[in-house]
Amino acid sequence: MRTEIRFSGFGGQGIILAAVIVGRAAVMYDNKYAVQTQVYGPEARGGASMSAVIIDDEPVLFPKVTSPDIYVIMSQEGFEKYGVSVSGGAIMLVDSSLVHSRPSCRCIEIPATKEARESLGRDIVANIIMLGALVAATGVVSREAIEKAILDSVPRGTEELNLKAMKKGFELAEKVMHG
Amino acid sequence: MSYDEWFRDDRLPHIYCAGCGNGTVINCTLSAVDQMGWTKDETVFVSGIGCSSRAPGYIVADSLHTTHGRAIAFATGIKMANPDLRVIVFTGDGDLAAIGGNHFIHACRRNIDLTVVCMNNMIYGMTGGQGSPTTPQGALSTTTPYGSAEAAFDLCGLAAAAGANYVARYTSYHVKELIRAVRTGLETPGFSFIEALVQCPTNFGRRNKFRQVMDQIEFFKSHALLVQKADRMREEGKKIPDDMIVIGELARRNRPPLGVRK
Amino acid sequence: MQGNTACAEGALAAGCRFFGGYPITPSTEIAEHMALKLPKTGGVFIQMEDEIAGIAAVIGASWTGARAMTATSGPGFSLMMENLGFAVMTETPCVVVNIQRGGPSTGQPTMAAQGDMLQCRFGSHGDYSVIALSPASVQEMYDLTAEAFNLADRFRIPVFVMADEIIGHMREKLVVPDTVTRDDRIPLQKGNLPFRAGDSLVPGFPAFGKGYGVHVTGLTHDERGYPCATSPSVHEDLVTRLVNKVESARNTIASCDVINPDAQVVFISYGAPSRAVEQVLHDIRRDDVGHLRLKVVWPFAESLLSRFANAETFIVPELNMGQIAREIERHTDRTVIPVPKLGGELHNPSDLARLLEELA
Repeated sequence: MRTEIRFSGFGGQGIILAAVIVGRAAVMYDNKYAVQTQVYGPEARGGASMSAVIIDDEPVLFPKVTSPDIYVIMSQEGFEKYGVSVSGGAIMLVDSSLVHSRPSCRCIEIPATKEARESLGRDIVANIIMLGALVAATGVVSREAIEKAILDSVPRGTEELNLKAMKKGFELAEKVMHG
Repeated sequence: MSYDEWFRDDRLPHIYCAGCGNGTVINCTLSAVDQMGWTKDETVFVSGIGCSSRAPGYIVADSLHTTHGRAIAFATGIKMANPDLRVIVFTGDGDLAAIGGNHFIHACRRNIDLTVVCMNNMIYGMTGGQGSPTTPQGALSTTTPYGSAEAAFDLCGLAAAAGANYVARYTSYHVKELIRAVRTGLETPGFSFIEALVQCPTNFGRRNKFRQVMDQIEFFKSHALLVQKADRMREEGKKIPDDMIVIGELARRNRPPLGVRK
Repeated sequence: MQGNTACAEGALAAGCRFFGGYPITPSTEIAEHMALKLPKTGGVFIQMEDEIAGIAAVIGASWTGARAMTATSGPGFSLMMENLGFAVMTETPCVVVNIQRGGPSTGQPTMAAQGDMLQCRFGSHGDYSVIALSPASVQEMYDLTAEAFNLADRFRIPVFVMADEIIGHMREKLVVPDTVTRDDRIPLQKGNLPFRAGDSLVPGFPAFGKGYGVHVTGLTHDERGYPCATSPSVHEDLVTRLVNKVESARNTIASCDVINPDAQVVFISYGAPSRAVEQVLHDIRRDDVGHLRLKVVWPFAESLLSRFANAETFIVPELNMGQIAREIERHTDRTVIPVPKLGGELHNPSDLARLLEELA
């Protein structure tokens, strides 16, 4: 089954990396197929950044996301640019510390940046919290796979911090899911 | 061996006009190469476009006659891919300083181990005498029919400022000095630049009051000013006349080079 | 792995020893990866002052016998045109990767296009022929780049890997083959004239530093390599051979996928739009709709069109205004429908499916 995930936020949040990690988890550790793409402007930091990953049991033919099943939105501008056209059947995870709008579809609020700053002391791992939440909420890849893919992708010396962030994401999503 | 054993006999006669100064510079360069004991199998000549750039075609070694202005960039690829090769570039003032100016300064900056010999005739000779970046202010050419309004480039000053390890200027009159300068350039690791002012009787001399070949050579002789003397004059606060040609070694230093034979 | 990284890895696997270039979006990751890897494999990476110097250095390196490449995008590709003609005239093997972006001019640096397909074929002055490959996946970025070196050596020409921003920047699975076949340039036999070709029309290669004493010039030259720029017959013979050595081999150079050869309606695609066509065929499951996917675009092998004996219509989606559709029209009496697309995004499969319905 083809699952399309779109990530959006501002440049510097690790929006592209988040999609890369999910794709890597699917291909390398869940034995599925994936294609990851992105849209970026000339800015290295700031601006609305968008990345996407498509996961499928069969080879992915069309590589671009047309109608995302899952959204992960980490900035208000990202919501306005890439999140407003959401279809009714989709799921959206929003970083509720930065996004104040809410979509018409099912929405899972994760205060990722706030938690990253307050519990972990580093804003920079907000994207990993969102990844943990994504996996816990949707099961799009396995928990083992996302853990391995995160460890493959983060700078040496930050593994522990990132795994904490991932687990924080699991917890936050579980709290929302199970009330 | 002597320098004349480096010529491709089956390519003669050459295209140069009677009285052209390029032949002198080619002979001087080959004499220096010969003195170094370099073999034909390890030496590569590279050139761009123009009269000077036809030189490699008359030499029995591997040679690459490239596009206008780009010789140094091609030579950089050869030298970096195989630092065992000895790479010499023949170029002219238009080729080097107009269309190829950017490659020139960047090769100096990299200090890549090339020896670049520029035959500066102050004109586009092959194509009939258009103005070049070294055409002196006021000089006549087909594109400066009222006298060049622009200042000329100081090629050696450019090379020295951009970082070349060895920089020297002589003229076609200064044969012995020129051989020695090219030889020093060949010996110096890093980028070596030797500028040789040459007479172009057909397209420069004819329009600029050097009616006979010897007139321009006489001018080179009488207007050459050794760099040491020029420095002294500057120290003494004396003005160096605009038409004097400062000759000699203008830079010799030991910045880290690139692409040197291991 | 990302497409651009796969391209660099394919080049390294093929034994590329030299990269000279200038960074330009969206190709830069290729240069960056080569800068990282080449010094560790005994190769050389050099960032030149512009793309003109980049391709010049590549040609110079190739004359030492090294497999050499550069990578660029539209504006840099335009700057390379003169020296690419020099590579053609001097029969210098080299690989040029163009990660195409929207043009003309600076255009859309971060968006995909296929607007340089005619430029790679005709962009330098004079008559000539080259080979252009078009990868449609990360895997093909690896495979076709490696193959480009074989073709460059075999025909002694520049070979273009004409990818685009989508394929260059997307990430998907890459299976690295155990071995990459190498088909290296054949050295010139000592005693033979350096530019005299036999039946293959490709002369042996006299690398610098091996005692050949070869003179290589961009001027029209005779079989000795000596300038001979005013002889009509020498020029005609040389340029005819340069074109024919590629064109007469076009059916053996050709590489493609053929789906549903009995179809009446046939998509013809290359590069990224192929992925949209594949999605359409997957979704509609109709035997009467076929697909010809070109991995080699130039030289164009018109015999491939006759693989679809029942074809009535060819539909050609391209990320340009119909550059290859025009070439196809030249070779067939069937209806050719170009589906141009500008702006940087791929054709949407549903739009292509709608086009099929309108045809029915």
